[in-house]
Amino acid sequence: MSKINVRIGEVIDGFTIEEKIHVGGMAIIYRASHPDIEGRVIFKVPKIVDADDATVIVGFEMEMMILPRLSGIHVPKVYAVGDYARRPYIAMEYIDGETLYPLFEKSPIPPEEVAAIGEKVATALVDLHRQKVIHHDIKPSNIMIRKTGEAVFIDFGLSRHLEMPDLLEAEFRLPMGTAPYISPEQVRQNRGDPRSDIFSLGVLLYHLATGERPFGLPQSRQALRTRLWRDPVPPRKIRPDIPPWLQEIILRCVEPNPAKRYQTAARLAFNLQHPDAVKLTERAERLKRSNLFLQLRAWLKARALPPAEPQPYSATSDPIIVVCVDLSEGFEYLAEALFTETQRVVGSVADARLACINVMKLSAVFMHEAFDSEGRNKHVQRLVELKEWARPLGLDQGKLSFHVLEAMDIAEALLDFARTSHADQILICARGRSNLRRYLGSVSSEVVARAHCTVTVVRAPEPTTST
Amino acid sequence: MRIAFFSDIHGNREAFDACFAHAVRQNIDQFVFLGDLVGYGADPAYIVERVADLCADGAVALMGNHDYAAAKGLTDGMNDYAKAAIEWTYNQLDPARRSFLESLLMKVEDEDRLYVHSDASAPTRWLYIGDEESAERSLQATRQRITFCGHIHIPQLYHMTPTKPAKFFAPKPGAPIPLVGQRQWLAVQGSVGQPRDKNPSAAYSILDTTKNELTYWRVPYDIEEAARKIHAAELPRILAARLFIGK
Repeated sequence: MSKINVRIGEVIDGFTIEEKIHVGGMAIIYRASHPDIEGRVIFKVPKIVDADDATVIVGFEMEMMILPRLSGIHVPKVYAVGDYARRPYIAMEYIDGETLYPLFEKSPIPPEEVAAIGEKVATALVDLHRQKVIHHDIKPSNIMIRKTGEAVFIDFGLSRHLEMPDLLEAEFRLPMGTAPYISPEQVRQNRGDPRSDIFSLGVLLYHLATGERPFGLPQSRQALRTRLWRDPVPPRKIRPDIPPWLQEIILRCVEPNPAKRYQTAARLAFNLQHPDAVKLTERAERLKRSNLFLQLRAWLKARALPPAEPQPYSATSDPIIVVCVDLSEGFEYLAEALFTETQRVVGSVADARLACINVMKLSAVFMHEAFDSEGRNKHVQRLVELKEWARPLGLDQGKLSFHVLEAMDIAEALLDFARTSHADQILICARGRSNLRRYLGSVSSEVVARAHCTVTVVRAPEPTTST
Repeated sequence: MRIAFFSDIHGNREAFDACFAHAVRQNIDQFVFLGDLVGYGADPAYIVERVADLCADGAVALMGNHDYAAAKGLTDGMNDYAKAAIEWTYNQLDPARRSFLESLLMKVEDEDRLYVHSDASAPTRWLYIGDEESAERSLQATRQRITFCGHIHIPQLYHMTPTKPAKFFAPKPGAPIPLVGQRQWLAVQGSVGQPRDKNPSAAYSILDTTKNELTYWRVPYDIEEAARKIHAAELPRILAARLFIGK
């Protein structure tokens, strides 16, 4: 049997154990230090009460498999992993910050704060799902906020990496998750759907916004199944000051059928960032739970569900496409070429979401000008033109949003927008091909050089002017 | 240490060369050949020579049913195509190469690993591992932590704890899998020279013992040339045709 007891002051593979800081259900967390690592280290060991405690062992094994494979600011950095057979441990980054747990004691919190937290967590989920990992235990105590503001996931004991064997699924015949947050798929023991995390995040946002749990605190397996058919009390019934767009977002996240939720965390993050781009449906206005007839229908439907099977899912589905529309006079031919290209993309990519964006250039000297009434009129005028440009695409409101930005550096503004909205692709026009333009630097070439996603540059021959 | 596992090369020079070059680029310390160097393909002498040279340099080679048959000229229990290929192969090999094949081992244990061509519970019976039941039978026959085998030409990975039945996992090419913990693993290799999982690319894998990670790889190779040689040798034409569809 492997050695799991840890003594304060003990040195394990170069890590000096300094203090026990937390005893969880599955693991014990120590603070440690290492001569080659600046600052504190988290040293996590499985808490094995009895040698046959398979949940603890397998959960820790999964975490040892998955965590070292992850990178980025939204997960703790792993320094070392101990051999399970000899000495199981994970030594990782000490996150300077707090979990979301204390915030829940203060809930309900104002809608803008709910959206801000939701956006941080959804952004972290984008990064996690991109790395082919489903967290499966999204809840306040498993999310930390760094001092710099980013959300970080901790505890991957129930996680699933889509390219690794799922040891937990092989081991257990029970739903795995935390009762208030567990998704209907997890209840039905399907551990292959990233949209499960979107459901759990929806529960978390519901709780933050209303101070109540949408599905209570179920104590039995049967009670867990209620969420397969019973819709929660609409948040606005509990807190009338919650805006319809936030209710729309929350209720969409907690839809029992994953196909009716946000299909990607990027879409959810985008809507939380741009409330005016949220397409309001019946969900937004709902003030009571579904009637007896609808409940019965949902219940029958849930009963008739076929055995849980992994849903086909691709992180590349439902892309967000940022279309940079140049509306300047004299360049109408470019706007037209861009329109043709946009039509092509919309036609070939199912469920693409377009964010049409136009940047008004501000000069450093006359910056205040933008805020006077003339500036405001200009802004509104641009928005109208942008909408008019997109109208013939015939897209429905939920698939389209419009953004007029004001910035001194156009390329910077476009890049920033694309990054924060998790764009999968940017469509942009290039004005000309002259050497002078190359020398001065063009917006499109800077966007191409610095974007994190695919960029399509649209060109068109300049129309010949007849004399 | 990084170990490359090649199984079921079956005399396919083009597939072997492509996998070998792919592996060498990834800093391999040792090669392990899990049997069936010959049979079906048109270059048995070349493959035996290359493998014999690598073995002189520290590689390990296991005996497969086709190696045994080609060494002895025995074709009992084989289908007509395999039989025709073995008879042809026997005549392509000089006595030295035949005796190399004859000297191959049925089972090798190295540290916490077991190498064998087919089901470890009865290596001389050449049983296939193609489901959780057969995987469990093989895993129960060994105390080694990781078993590497081939024979069925379909890449698969199984894992088993002392208290639970073996579970299947379909490995994704190029994605490293940590072989963690208090459990046994059975890494069934795809085939270098005659894949049968509907993917015609040559299959092999690499184990990194330091990181404790196994990565399955697929390598495209010049199938046209391998097929042309099978035709030129007047071997059954189906042996060339199946290479294109990986079946």
